[in-house]
Amino acid sequence: MTAHLPVLPVLIPAVSAAVMVALTRQDVVLARVLAFASAAAQIGVAILLFAAVREGEILVYRLGDWPVPYGIALVADRLSVALVLLTAGLGAVLLLQALSAWDRAGPHFHPLFQFQLMGIYGAFLTGDFFNLFVFFEVMLIASYGLMVHGGGAARLTNAMQYMVVNLIGSTLFLFAVSLVYNAAGTLNFADLALRVPTVPASDRGILMAGGMLLCVVFLLKAAVVPLQFWLPGAYGHAPGVAAALFALLSKVGAYALLRFALVGLGLGQLAALEPLAWLTLLAGALGVLAAPTLGVLAGFASIASIGVLFVGLAGAQAPRLGAGLYYLVHSTLAGAALFVLADLVRAARRKEGDAVVGGQNFAGRALLGGGFFLAAIAAVGLPPLSGFVGKIALLRSIPVEGGAGAASWAFVLVTSFLLLLGLSRAGSRVFWKAQGEAPAAARGPAAGGVAVLALLFAAMFAWAIAAEPALAYFTQAAQALLEPGAYVQAVTGAGVFR
Amino acid sequence: MEGLFAVLIGALTAAGLYLCCLRQVFPVVLGLSLLSYATNLFVFVAGRLSLGAPPIWEEGVTRFADPLPQALVLTAIVISFGMTALLVVLAIRARFEAGEERIDVPPVTRATETDR
Repeated sequence: MTAHLPVLPVLIPAVSAAVMVALTRQDVVLARVLAFASAAAQIGVAILLFAAVREGEILVYRLGDWPVPYGIALVADRLSVALVLLTAGLGAVLLLQALSAWDRAGPHFHPLFQFQLMGIYGAFLTGDFFNLFVFFEVMLIASYGLMVHGGGAARLTNAMQYMVVNLIGSTLFLFAVSLVYNAAGTLNFADLALRVPTVPASDRGILMAGGMLLCVVFLLKAAVVPLQFWLPGAYGHAPGVAAALFALLSKVGAYALLRFALVGLGLGQLAALEPLAWLTLLAGALGVLAAPTLGVLAGFASIASIGVLFVGLAGAQAPRLGAGLYYLVHSTLAGAALFVLADLVRAARRKEGDAVVGGQNFAGRALLGGGFFLAAIAAVGLPPLSGFVGKIALLRSIPVEGGAGAASWAFVLVTSFLLLLGLSRAGSRVFWKAQGEAPAAARGPAAGGVAVLALLFAAMFAWAIAAEPALAYFTQAAQALLEPGAYVQAVTGAGVFR
Repeated sequence: MEGLFAVLIGALTAAGLYLCCLRQVFPVVLGLSLLSYATNLFVFVAGRLSLGAPPIWEEGVTRFADPLPQALVLTAIVISFGMTALLVVLAIRARFEAGEERIDVPPVTRATETDR
């Protein structure tokens, strides 16, 4: 059983989705039961995996017992398991919101949700970059389905645009994979790390061109400036529960970039990303200032949080990278909270929807307003939620001396202020400028959505409390990325068959 | 043969990108198909081109075709086919529900209850 642990996060959602497609087309109750059972199993497996790798163990699962690099390997180390655990937790919590109406808005919500989770788990666990492509596609196909779930004109036109961007991204992905394969002759991250130093000088150009092209694809998925234009419209119009899960998708791009560039290519650091991170922060913060709806605002807030994350990832020291990864977890939760909140407001206000304008009073205004206040605190990075700890830890790990460090400080602090302004503006318009009485027949926000918000805030508070061990854990995970020797040894150690 | 392949892949890619830039549903679907053909050919040549070589290694043979890109290209074909089908279905729905034939970043409009 333990030997098969790393494959279970991919298998469980795959099997439950297949069962759901076969059995639960008409029966949403059965689908819900299966979805929650699957979520519980995923969390259980993720916790077992966490217990197995927390001391630095690296689990390698070779499918069909084919030797590396010919077979497909799944690798569970500190970083990937932490992200699997995050995915399992977020997926389970968001199911609560799906109960409120979303899973009845169209057929196949639950199977799509499970396939989405399967793609994310696979992308985190895979040990080679062709399977990364396959899992990316699983993730994207499910996300197209979830994005148009429930239909509607604005949602469809935005989803078309998202889909075309990602299809072009997929073709780039394949071009890049073939270039790297052509030069290095392998698709496995660990095997690539061994082969990169031995690639002859005549092929180095091809290798690096392919490698950089692959990084561009990952930056597109992560929505880093100048590749961020697709995100606000697509996520802002998606169903709230799907958008909240998509808060995780851009993190998959960041993770894949780390795994490929640091472990596979052995670049050692990604300092070239620092200016892009600044611009991403700025684009996100300015977008929040100008956002016309809460959904789009949540999208721009996610872009800003990606900026903070990449300020961390651009460092070559483990504490800085570790703080960035700690912030990654926070920003996923904060982004999800904002998307869920925008969805609840959209449902509560008949006429104005989630537009950032005052309007008629609505049921549950105080509750949603309080939720927005906390979500804004999380997005800006104020105490007592974990964004504050994350930003402090990040800034403390960046030396102010030297132009780049000072600029990073300035960008993080100034954009935090801009985010504060933008979120205050949106919140006071939507929640304070409401006039008159709420319609008598109006119902308050769905209990499921409120429960999701409460759980997300509790998680962010707990994440702030657990900051010390969490930062230590991610610093070790970051160290393993910067010096991938142990990873390479564990994957290829069983003897690379040549 | 390398030259021929390079020209072919280049022409397909250029045509595909041009069609994608037209931002109308039908040209974009065609453009993405052409792009995926170009990708498939490109993946295929990643294992280097060889004439008259056995498809996979056998005893006493030193020159053989690389089987891996062939497996990769099969996966890529299946995925791009599925994606194109999905895109067409989505395009038809967008045409009927939104009356929209352009694929573009739409002007950000206020979300209304039709979104629900």
